[in-house]
Amino acid sequence: MSDKPAQTLSFQGLILTLQNYWAKQGCVILQPFDTEVGAGTLHPATVLRSLGPKPWNVAYVQPSRRPADGRYGDNPNRLQHYYQFQVIMKPNPANFQELYLGSLDAIGINRDLHDIRFVEDDWENPTVGAWGLGWEVWCDGMEVSQYTYFQQVGGMDVELVSGELTYGLERLAMYVQGVENVYDLVFTDANEKNGTPEVLYGDVFHQNEVQQSTYNFEHADTDKILEKFKMAEAECQDLLALEKPLPLPAYEHALKASHLFNLLDARGVVSPTQRQEYIKRVRDLAKGCAEAHVKSEEAVADRAWQ
Amino acid sequence: MAELLLEIFSEEIPARMQVRAAEDLSKMMIDGLTKAGLKIEGAKVLSGPRRLTFVAEVPLRSPDVSEERKGPRVGSPDRAIEGFLKGAGLSDVSEAEIQSDPKKGEYYVAVLNSEGRNTTEIVSELVPDIMRNFPWPKSMKSGASSFRWVRPLQGIICLLDGAVVPFEVGGIKSGDMTEGHRKHGKGGFKINGFDSYVKSLEGEGYVVLSHNKRKELIIEQARKACADKGLELVEDEGLLSEVAGLAEWPVVILGNMDPSFLELPAEVIRLSMRTHQKYFAVRDPKSGELAPNFIVVANQDAPDGGKAIAAGNSRVLSARLADAKFFQSEDAKKTLAEYYDKLDTVVFHKKLGTIKDKAERVAALARELAPKVGADPDKAEAAAKLAKNDLVTQMVIEFTSLEGQIGRLMYEREGGDPDIAVAIEDHYKPKGPSDEVPTNPVAVAVALADKIDSLFEFFAIAEEQPTGSKDPYALRRAGLGILRLEIENELALSPRWYFEMAAKLNHSDLNYLEFADAIDQIEGFLSLRLENLLKLSGHRMDTVSAVSSANFQEGVGLSHYRWHERSLNLETFLDSEEGQNLLAGYKRAANILKAEAKKSELPEGLPNRPDDPHGAALFDALQTASSKITSALEDENFEKAMLSLAELRAPIDAFFTEVQVISSDSAVKENNLRLLGLIRDTARQIADFEAING
Repeated sequence: MSDKPAQTLSFQGLILTLQNYWAKQGCVILQPFDTEVGAGTLHPATVLRSLGPKPWNVAYVQPSRRPADGRYGDNPNRLQHYYQFQVIMKPNPANFQELYLGSLDAIGINRDLHDIRFVEDDWENPTVGAWGLGWEVWCDGMEVSQYTYFQQVGGMDVELVSGELTYGLERLAMYVQGVENVYDLVFTDANEKNGTPEVLYGDVFHQNEVQQSTYNFEHADTDKILEKFKMAEAECQDLLALEKPLPLPAYEHALKASHLFNLLDARGVVSPTQRQEYIKRVRDLAKGCAEAHVKSEEAVADRAWQ
Repeated sequence: MAELLLEIFSEEIPARMQVRAAEDLSKMMIDGLTKAGLKIEGAKVLSGPRRLTFVAEVPLRSPDVSEERKGPRVGSPDRAIEGFLKGAGLSDVSEAEIQSDPKKGEYYVAVLNSEGRNTTEIVSELVPDIMRNFPWPKSMKSGASSFRWVRPLQGIICLLDGAVVPFEVGGIKSGDMTEGHRKHGKGGFKINGFDSYVKSLEGEGYVVLSHNKRKELIIEQARKACADKGLELVEDEGLLSEVAGLAEWPVVILGNMDPSFLELPAEVIRLSMRTHQKYFAVRDPKSGELAPNFIVVANQDAPDGGKAIAAGNSRVLSARLADAKFFQSEDAKKTLAEYYDKLDTVVFHKKLGTIKDKAERVAALARELAPKVGADPDKAEAAAKLAKNDLVTQMVIEFTSLEGQIGRLMYEREGGDPDIAVAIEDHYKPKGPSDEVPTNPVAVAVALADKIDSLFEFFAIAEEQPTGSKDPYALRRAGLGILRLEIENELALSPRWYFEMAAKLNHSDLNYLEFADAIDQIEGFLSLRLENLLKLSGHRMDTVSAVSSANFQEGVGLSHYRWHERSLNLETFLDSEEGQNLLAGYKRAANILKAEAKKSELPEGLPNRPDDPHGAALFDALQTASSKITSALEDENFEKAMLSLAELRAPIDAFFTEVQVISSDSAVKENNLRLLGLIRDTARQIADFEAING
């Protein structure tokens, strides 16, 4: 398959092209993680695997949820559920920047005509105690990716630096397709031979935005969510307190706690001081998981099943 | 002399760090080479988005150096000799010379000859050392390496006289190859010296190497692009410097935006362009209003003349401004006043409550201050209850630096009172030493109340006070703001009065001792700010405490306005011949008193009129001066008070010249000492001359 798309990419065409491109660079192509997360970074394939001494190269799509960004399907740019495409190369190869630029070529951004810039932007995610240095990548003044060299994850210095790329897929697709409203994106092209129709992003997701926004802002039961938050937190702590801790399932509960906090935040019941406290509680969980993960990795032999 | 060329090539260096990094590199190279004994000529440094370049003329070899080190006497104990040999790096005493000296006798001398070194060798050690210890504000590791650089290091050129100086740092070997512009200048360039470096990169490489040259290119192109359309660039030095760090090959493009966005406040448009997009704003030279255009600096010549780049940037700006318009219309669904209650959701400080609590305190205080600054109390109170409201609007949450401005615009659109509108925006001012000070009385009342509240509250809870570089609640700025508001508006307010008022209105629970303690600390803090203010404007600082220790004894507290004025008057006086002599006379009197006080207790009471004519003349002059000074101070006429003090110069001089102060007649001596005491006390009505340096 050629890296050059024959025509403007559909939304799924964009995903398939990126997957193909990064598969060719030697990345494992994973599927989305099956727990609600606020960003692709939170997938254990990034947070946990970027720790420790083992090389790891991966790319995946991750549906991301930010309840507070919901706009009932009325805003052309904002969604409470959207997709990120995430790439991790650990250790980052010397030509990582070139590889990234190659991915822009692959999805049909003509770099003769368009101005690509690397603008300082140091990334951090306080809920998982992670930070790194890097850039926002601009294409004609629009941020098309976040590019980061991880320095710390789970509050620990990384042994090998991961190069991390996050592509905001809807925004990138809107740019590639020249569309002003996210719901007008072509998700899937029509197939004349089979008579299947063109499908738009709105056909797939508009109702979901309307209903989920209504739930997030009006019906989410804050008392129950708070209970669930406490349960997730307790379960995570219990799993980490075991004689042989179980960081992988524990981390899933940390993610659940993180999402439940986002829901509470969207309902406007979290004051700024409480906000800091919640973030700290989630960070403590994530840090605990990261530390336990590093320890358990050390104890497990490579290919222990063999 | 030979040419030394160094290029450090990396992934994109943050724009804000480039110029400083080049200066640091240059300084460290020059220091290192000089320390190694090399003379340097014509050092030059260049910086850009992906590279730092240093070039200089140096000798090929450092000179031989011979140094003699003196040791212990011949026959000294073994330990002394061993120590000397070890320190000089000799293995046996036979390697030392023996010299003799008529006083010292025979002693050992180590002659240390250090041979010069090849510059290649020096540079191959120096550069890696500099790079490993480079003072980046933030640096990172990459891949599996532990070497830190600002972003991953990609290449190093290091040439001496055209030949590669070999070394390795961060997994990169030095060489003679570099790359040009990412899009236009691909392919490696082999370099054999600075001339070929410049020729390759600025030619086929499409890289403008100098930061200043890129700035010039951008500003010229931008002015021209605007002028071609009858428009004018809104110049912005900070932004210019930043964009010059974002492009190796800057190409200026004039873009358009939907004119309907011009309904937004100009500040919002400019800020949106500047901070989010790094665009320059453009105005219509006739009206002076913003035009529906912007200037973007691209990093390449596009084959379509930049049409696609302009269109893309225009779309992004539209999305940003559409967001701003959305915020504006959402915010306008309520009046500014209606946001007041929402201030309760924003914590000001955990012990001092929410922003709403602060607004309540400021409103109460502004009401009391208003009559003293010529403002209407109702307006001042109302303004204080509106001033913080925009902090919870979406527009200010998005564009934080527009706090105050957005509130004012909303309030004006609602048809609010013009004085209150000004106060809403200006109550944050002055935001820094060069920011303007509000003059509208309502704005002055609220601005003062806001800052007095911050100072008083934080000192009362004894938390968050500035230490070193930390000042989380900007109390130094608040202190300086209080001083400038009073001084520049010529307001002779009593600090004690308004701090007491702040306490009375909001802290009935605070006991008097805590209160007095806080006030003392604030006064000390403000006196440092006043010194700082004088220093900033090029004045001497010792006058501040000289004036204060003389004038705070009144117990009512000297106003900052008078304090500042008196400090300046005192400085003028001290600069005059009269002042100098009077200071000398004062110090002489004070020194004699100090010396005598050590021997025995000084005589108490006032002097009698001495019999000798000089003493009598001084006595009379002091009586006259004292009463004149008292009445001048009562009239707040400090200058006149000082003139009266100056009149003492001649009688004091004459007294010291003609009279034996420490007389053998003990009664005369005691009276003379009382007379000196009177000189000191009279001078102290004006200032404590003890605090004056020199």
